[in-house]
Amino acid sequence: MRKYLPKIYLALVILFFYLPIVYVVFFSFNDSRSLTNFTGFSLQWYEKMFANRTMMESIYYSVVIAIIATIVSTIIGTITAIGLSKSKRVVKEFVNQMDNLSMLNPEIVTAIGLMLLFVTFGITTGFGTLLLAHIIFCIPYVILSIMPKIRQLDDNLAEAALDLGCTPWQALYKVIIPQIKPGIFTGALTAFTMSFDDFVISYFVTGPGINNISTYVYSSVRRINPSINALSTIIVVGITIVLVLANVIPLIATKRHQKAETNEI
Amino acid sequence: MKEFRRLVYPYLVWGIIFILVPMFMILIYAFTDEGNSVMTFNFTFDNFLRFFEDSIFIEVLWRSLKIAIATTIICILFGYPAAYFIAKLRPNSQSVAVLIITLPMWINMLVRTYAWRGILLESGLSPEVKVYIGMVYNFLPFMILQIYTSLSKMNKDYLVAATDLGCNARQAFMKVTLPLSVPGIISGITLVFLPAVSSFFIPKLLGGGSFVLIGNLIESYFLTAGDWNFGAAISLIMTIVILVSMFITRKFDHEKEADNA
Repeated sequence: MRKYLPKIYLALVILFFYLPIVYVVFFSFNDSRSLTNFTGFSLQWYEKMFANRTMMESIYYSVVIAIIATIVSTIIGTITAIGLSKSKRVVKEFVNQMDNLSMLNPEIVTAIGLMLLFVTFGITTGFGTLLLAHIIFCIPYVILSIMPKIRQLDDNLAEAALDLGCTPWQALYKVIIPQIKPGIFTGALTAFTMSFDDFVISYFVTGPGINNISTYVYSSVRRINPSINALSTIIVVGITIVLVLANVIPLIATKRHQKAETNEI
Repeated sequence: MKEFRRLVYPYLVWGIIFILVPMFMILIYAFTDEGNSVMTFNFTFDNFLRFFEDSIFIEVLWRSLKIAIATTIICILFGYPAAYFIAKLRPNSQSVAVLIITLPMWINMLVRTYAWRGILLESGLSPEVKVYIGMVYNFLPFMILQIYTSLSKMNKDYLVAATDLGCNARQAFMKVTLPLSVPGIISGITLVFLPAVSSFFIPKLLGGGSFVLIGNLIESYFLTAGDWNFGAAISLIMTIVILVSMFITRKFDHEKEADNA
């Protein structure tokens, strides 16, 4: 019994983590409005979800904002991280402290700060402010993901590229960027999930009529709306597919690589 | 290579505008009175006096602190054994276990919290207990992962040495494993306590309208009441409480380190 105790405990913890996920998926197929009694199988909540324009729009905004915010914050973050590695210590410290402030601040504080900024300077809140806010809070995480890779960089390689006639920009593009690629990829992935999952900041800086999935779920929580179960199920399925692909593609790639190598021999 | 230095300048300006200025705005709003315009400065402490003179606000602050501290303790108590057991698995199973625990975190926090509403709907539990379940559910994975990381980095030779020197399993755990995992516990505390204090959608979704924490106060003063000055003051008070708590935790950590040395 003692031998199995750790495994039983871990199984219970995992059950706790997966219970609500299994629960929403199960009840998304419920025949009735009830969230506690399963009366029969039906797809009506999926039909209702697809027919609900605000709901579909919220998915659209979540995805579009996550994609744009990821691209922009990854570009700015990469450029800044490269610049930081060559900057004076004062500048480096200053930017680091600023990023720490952004990451360690409670989300609600960042959120009201941005809201006050936008409103005080007369910027109408809506899609633009929502997107801008997402880019703002994603960049520090991108920089954080890239910095370790930049520290490992061998300065001599870039110097060699310059000596061999590269312009600084060519050295950047042909030598530095390829070496820090894994960091950039991690940064982009972090940015995407941060943006896609965000609720608190989006809630404060969005304008009327613009909802992402989180703010939509929050705003419709007063009534019982089983379509949200259907929406959740779609997200669960979507995320699972993305995660499986993210884990399987590198695996297949390395296998192919190995195969190619053995063929060469 | 100095050309690359210039690459940092755009973000320097960006960060000042979008990270520092907003914080500064909160300060200004907290110390001025109404008229949602920064142009008409009117320095005042009234917002803070209003908070500390009203027992309701103090009660909400106290409740938020109490719930955040309790959530943190519950997460350590349940998270530590989980992390410990994972660290004892075979290396391959360890990464599988970590993956299984991280997976749900990829799904929107709000969606997962919403799911608990259905489960707890007819449970008959008090709003407070429901909020605790929601908090522990959302933040426990962070605690497990932090403690697991520090345990997996531990040099196993220390344990062998402790056993050789006559420690039994329990003593070896208390004198070697536990002290070495303190950094993991501390970073776990940061990742649990901080969002727990300021959380506002968990109490709203699971506690019903009656259960108010400091985050809900800030939300309602900004979005419902439209009293931004008071809302800014509340968030400043909350930030200071968080900073002080984190300072105490860190200090405790350093003292422990000093003891060990």
